[in-house]
Amino acid sequence: MNASPVPRFGETPSVRRRLRRENLARWVFGAMAAAMVLPLVLIVGYLVVRAAPALSLEFVLDVPKRGMTEGGIWPALIGTVYLVFLSLLVSAPIGILAAVYLNEYARENWFNRVINLAVINLAGVPSIVHALFGLGAFVYAAQFGYSIISAALTLAIMTLPVIIASTREALASVPRSFREACWNVGATRWQTIRSVVLPNSISGILTGVILQVSRAAGETAPVMFTGVVFFKAVQRGDLLPYYLNEQCMALSMHLYTISTQVPGVKEAIPFATAVVLLTLVIAVNAAAIALRVYLRSRKKW
Amino acid sequence: MSPAPAPDDSPAVMAVRAARRPLWARLGEKSIEGMVYVSGISAIIFVLGIFVFVLKEALPVLGHEDFSLSRFLFSTEWYPTSEASKRYGVLAMIAGTFSVTLLAMVIAVPFGLGAAIYLSEFCGQKTRETLKIIIEFLAAVPSVVWGFIGLTVMSKLIVQFTGAPVGVNVLNGGIVLALMSVPIIVSIGEDALKAVPDSYREAAIALGVTRWQLIWRVLLPAAKNGLLAAVLLGVGRGVGETMAVLMATGHAVHVPQSVLDSVRTLTANIAAELGEASAGSEHYRVLFLTGVLLFTLTFAVNLAADAIVRGIRRK
Amino acid sequence: MVTTPSRTKQIEVVDLRLSYGLKEVIRGISFAVHPNEILGVIGPAQSGKTSLLRCINRTIDFTPDSHVSGTITIDGEDVYRTGNVYTLRRKIGMVAPLPVGLPLSIYDNVAFAPRCAGLSRRGELDSIVEQCLRQAALWDEVKDRLDSLGTKLSGGQQQRLTIARALSHQPEILCLDEFSIAIDPVTTMRIEDVLKELRRHMTIILVTNLTQQARRLADRTMFLWKGEIVELDRTEVIFSESPRDRRTREYVEGIFG
Repeated sequence: MNASPVPRFGETPSVRRRLRRENLARWVFGAMAAAMVLPLVLIVGYLVVRAAPALSLEFVLDVPKRGMTEGGIWPALIGTVYLVFLSLLVSAPIGILAAVYLNEYARENWFNRVINLAVINLAGVPSIVHALFGLGAFVYAAQFGYSIISAALTLAIMTLPVIIASTREALASVPRSFREACWNVGATRWQTIRSVVLPNSISGILTGVILQVSRAAGETAPVMFTGVVFFKAVQRGDLLPYYLNEQCMALSMHLYTISTQVPGVKEAIPFATAVVLLTLVIAVNAAAIALRVYLRSRKKW
Repeated sequence: MSPAPAPDDSPAVMAVRAARRPLWARLGEKSIEGMVYVSGISAIIFVLGIFVFVLKEALPVLGHEDFSLSRFLFSTEWYPTSEASKRYGVLAMIAGTFSVTLLAMVIAVPFGLGAAIYLSEFCGQKTRETLKIIIEFLAAVPSVVWGFIGLTVMSKLIVQFTGAPVGVNVLNGGIVLALMSVPIIVSIGEDALKAVPDSYREAAIALGVTRWQLIWRVLLPAAKNGLLAAVLLGVGRGVGETMAVLMATGHAVHVPQSVLDSVRTLTANIAAELGEASAGSEHYRVLFLTGVLLFTLTFAVNLAADAIVRGIRRK
Repeated sequence: MVTTPSRTKQIEVVDLRLSYGLKEVIRGISFAVHPNEILGVIGPAQSGKTSLLRCINRTIDFTPDSHVSGTITIDGEDVYRTGNVYTLRRKIGMVAPLPVGLPLSIYDNVAFAPRCAGLSRRGELDSIVEQCLRQAALWDEVKDRLDSLGTKLSGGQQQRLTIARALSHQPEILCLDEFSIAIDPVTTMRIEDVLKELRRHMTIILVTNLTQQARRLADRTMFLWKGEIVELDRTEVIFSESPRDRRTREYVEGIFG
C-alpha cells in the first residue's frame, strides 16, 4: 500500500523537533542550576585571592592593632565561639524537647496547630526584629545589659524554630511501629522516647543542631545591639577573655565594622576576615553533612 | 528445642509481676514530661513575647502629638534628627524594601524554579546529591558575607558595566538577595515537585509526551501551590534580610527611580540608626514601630505560605 | 480443657463500640474469654479485628480521633477506668502482624519490657531473656549473638523475637494479630506448637486471616464481620456443616470475604 515504507519507530520530523526541544530544556534548566553554583565558586575564589596577603595563622591568633586597621581577629573569633556555644546551650535542649512534645505528645487539636503556626512564624521573624526584641527584653527588661548573655539569648531564640523543625523531621523518621511495639509491652511514652525514639533519631537531631552552629556564627543583626561591640582589648590567643556579663566582639560584626565603619583598613584584612568566617561556616556545614552521610550508612533498620 | 513455658510461680514470673519502678524514676519521668510540655509551648511564648516587647517599646510614640501614623506610613520624609521639625515617614524605606525584594524575586524565581526542575527531573542521582550539597553551602553563607560581597565585588562590577556613579544600589541588593533566596526556593520547590505522584509522570510518559511537555503540562500545574509557597518564603526572606541589604544598597532615603538608585530598606534603616537613637526617645520608638511593621509583614507572608503548603498536604 | 469455675470470664466485653471520627468500626459487640482458652477471631479485612485488640490493651488511646464506648473488664477490672494503664498493658502480650524487631540488641529487645516495669537486676533479666527466647523457640538460633541487632534477624526470627518480647513481661493474656502474615509455613507451624504449650499458662486471643489456623488451634472461634459478631461458638461448631449463621459457613468455605 505504502510506496515508501516509513520505519515505524523511526524519527519523523515531529519527533525530532520534540527531542530537540527536550534537549534544549535540559540545557536551559541545567544552565540555571549551574548559574547558582558558579557564583559561589567564583566569589569564594575571588575572596580567597584578595585575602591571600593577610591570611596566616598569625592573622587568626593576633589582636586587631592601630584602630583595627592592622593585626588579626582573635577577639572576634573567640567572641563568636562564646556566642554560638552559649546560644546553642540554651536553644538545643528547648528546641529538642519542643520537637519531642510536638511529635510525640501533642494531639491533633487547635492548640497543636497554634504551636505549629508559632514555630513557622518564629522562623520567619526578620533578624533585625529579633534584635529589637533582644534589646527590649534582655538588655532592658531583664536588665542583663549589653552583654554576652543578652546576645546569646537573642541568638538562641532565633535558632530555636529551625532546631525544632529539624528535630521533628528526625523524630518523624523513626517508624511508628517501633513506638507501638513499645507501648504494647507497657512502656510509658517517655520510656519509649528515651530508649527507642531518641537513640534512633539522635544523628538527625545532631545534624540539625550543628547546622545551627554555622547559622548562629554568621548572624550579625541580632547581636549588634544586644552585646557585641566594635572593639574590645583582649590578650593575643587568650582562650577565656570574656565574662558573660560583658560585651564581646564577634567575627560577623567585625567584618561589618572594618568594611564599612573604619577608614584606612589594610586592603586584604576585610577579605581575610570574610574568608575566615566563610571557612568556619562551610567547615561546620561540611561536618554536619559528613556526619549525616556516615550515620545514614549505618542505619539500624 | 523444646519450648519450656515457665510455670506461673517461677522466680522470673514472680520478679516481673512484682516489679515496681522506683519512686525517683517515676518522679524523674514526670518532671521531664513537664519540661517537654513547657518547651512545647515555648514557641508560642516567644512569638507573643517578640510581638509584645517590640510593640511595647513602640506604642508610646503613638501618643506623641507631633507623630501621626498616616504620615509614618505614607510620607517619604525621614528626618529623625532634624532640630527644627522631626519627621518620621517610612514610605521611602517601604519602597526600598519592595524594590529590592521585587528585583531579587525577578532574578531568583526563574533561576530557583529552573534549578528545582533540573534537580528533580533531569539530573542523575550523583549530580543531584552534589548540587544539593552546594545549595546547602550557598544557604549557609552568612548574610554579612553576602553584604561584603555586594560592597566589594558586586559594586565594582556594577560600576564597570553600567556606568552608574555608585555601585551600591537596588541592582546590587537585588542580585545579592537573589543569591540568598535561591537556596530556599530551590529546596522548597524541589519538595513540591517531588510531591507530585509518580503515577502522573508514568501516565504522561505512557502517552508518549516528551519530558518538556511533561514538565510544562503536568508537573508545573500539579505542583503550582508548592512552588508558590517556595516563592513566598523567598519573599519573606527578602523582606526580612538585614545585613546584606544594609551593606549592598547604599543609604539614600528616597523612592528609587531606577535600579541604579541607592535605597534604604526598612530593616537596614533600623540596623543603621538603632545605635544612635537613645533608649526611650521618639526616634528609638519609631524604629521599634518599624519593627512592628516588619513583623506584621513577614507574619502575613509566612502565614500565607503555610496555608498554601497545608492546602497541598490536605489533598 | 482447664477451666476454673471461679474465674470463668477472664476478659468480658460488653457492648463495645469504636469509631474513628465518624466511621464506626466496631458496632456494639459483647463476648467473654475464659481463662486458658484459645479464642480464634476470624473475619475478612476491615472487620475490626485489629481494632478490637487495640481496644483491649488500650493502645487505641494513641490513635487520634478514636472514640470508645462500652466496657471491657479484665479479671473484673474495667480497662477504661483503671488507674495504671501500663500495668494493664503488661498483663497482655501483643504480637503485631508484621514482625517488629526494635533497633536494640536481641537481649535488650527481650529485656525491654521488664526494665520498663522497673526490673534492673542482671541475673533476673538474664533468666527472663533466656526463658522467653526458649518459649518463642528462638533461643538456640540466637544464644551466641544476643548482642547483635534485633532488626538484622530474618523475618521469621524477628516474629519469634516479637513473641519473646510479648512474653517477657509475663502476661496472663496473649493477643496475636495475624502473626503468620510475614513468615514462612515452617516457622508458622513451630509457633503454633509454641502456642499450644503456652495455653497451659495463659489465655490466648488469636486473630487470624487463615481460617484453618483457627481450626487447628482455637477452642472457640468468633467470626467478626463489619464490626459485628456474626457467630461465636466452639470451633467444631463454627467449622462444622451447620453453623448457626449461613454467612459463617460461606466465609469458612471461602465463598465470600
